[in-house]
Amino acid sequence: MSNVIRVNTPLSDDVVLSLRAGDEVLVSGVIYTGRDQAHKRLCELLDAGKVLPIDLTGQVIYFVGPTPAAPGRVIGAAGPTTSSRMDAFSPKLIAAGLKGMIGKGYRGDEVRDALKEYKAVHLAATGGAGALLSKCIVASKIVAYADLGTEAIRKLVVTDFPCVAAYDAYGGSVY
Amino acid sequence: MATRTIQYETVVETVERLCIESCYELPDDVLKALKSAADRETDERAKKILGQLIENASLAQQERIPLCQDTGLTVVFVEQGADVTISVPDDDPKLCITDAINEGVAKGYENGLLRKSIVAEPLNERTNTKTNTPAVIHYSIVPGDKLKITVMAKGGGCENKSRFKMFNPTDTKQTVSNWIIDVVRQAGANACPPFIIGVGLGGNFETACLISKKALLRNIDDHNPVQFYAEMETELLEKINDLNVGPQGFGGNTTALAVKIETAPCHIASLPVAVNIECHSHRHKSQIL
Ligand code: SF4
Repeated sequence: MSNVIRVNTPLSDDVVLSLRAGDEVLVSGVIYTGRDQAHKRLCELLDAGKVLPIDLTGQVIYFVGPTPAAPGRVIGAAGPTTSSRMDAFSPKLIAAGLKGMIGKGYRGDEVRDALKEYKAVHLAATGGAGALLSKCIVASKIVAYADLGTEAIRKLVVTDFPCVAAYDAYGGSVY
Repeated sequence: MATRTIQYETVVETVERLCIESCYELPDDVLKALKSAADRETDERAKKILGQLIENASLAQQERIPLCQDTGLTVVFVEQGADVTISVPDDDPKLCITDAINEGVAKGYENGLLRKSIVAEPLNERTNTKTNTPAVIHYSIVPGDKLKITVMAKGGGCENKSRFKMFNPTDTKQTVSNWIIDVVRQAGANACPPFIIGVGLGGNFETACLISKKALLRNIDDHNPVQFYAEMETELLEKINDLNVGPQGFGGNTTALAVKIETAPCHIASLPVAVNIECHSHRHKSQIL
């Protein structure tokens, strides 16, 4: 059976380098949500040399657009969306300090190269387990791009959020 | 012929309910298929992931959390008996069944706390309609005085990996099968395996795609009534499960739960083939009024 490794965010280089493709990883701490439109906006800001609405240093972005929270709940269903749609944007964010991403499915070579070059990791969470995964999210707050609705950037606090190291910082892949 | 009248509001309420129930309750046949796949699965991680999906389904139902955050584009299949008329509210005589369905979808997605994932146009502004409408609605007129409404919440991740191809009429079952298997392989981890694979063979450009989606509505355990296609379903399922894509693409022998083939007559020059990939979060529900 593969290793189970607990990590806390933000991620240091040492923590990133301790992860190998195939490891089971339980993530705790603050993570940020972001999917297609938020990625596009963040990259446009970087291209224009402007400051980002969140400091990406050591952070993890979770590719998710949750359902609305029911009254008294932190969040609705919140499973990962397809990672490859973020391939065009992720290398730029990794270069800006991003250390981890959580999504589902494959990443392109440009992302794998950036993971190696900047020591970052891509994690996979179980796609379609949005109800189950929501139970690991203990806090949620919109911190940028509220106009994007479900695609807004949220600051989440997670406890033992279950992932698999899909692409490590050594060029390895679970797929 | 006497006509039977169904109230506009009844259609609205039915669609609203079907939207909500389908997003919170995995159909029994799908759940059963996941459970028997978990029993059969030999890969340890694959087994664990199937276990998560089964747990996800019971959690969704018990705690009222949608099965998946992508509550889909709403596809509605309507089989309207030729003897059925829809009576519309007196104060708005221009309304018709299409309005009732979209009203039901909007209510279902609002009241059911489902994610609204539809943008008004594709390439320019992509502004969210904030209602999850318009639904994609397929009508057929059938004999009788019943109205059957089927709601399917179709996820974007798996729809994105669906494919269409025109084959030559002289191409063989093997050529077509190889392409179908390749489409599934390419969908891989991105479309949330284990899948249900809908295959549309024949018809024309749009019919092949439509019947590939209709194929998904069949019970997960049934087979095409024609032996040739029933065997093709079984062979395809075996070969797809030999791909070692597995649940979430991490490997294992559960890449698909079922393959469903629907066929239609076609032109002597054509052999259209469509593959509609459906994820394990196979959300659909019907009601006959
Ligand atoms: S492909 Fe299906 S299970 Fe996966 S995220 Fe989309 S709707 Fe959910």
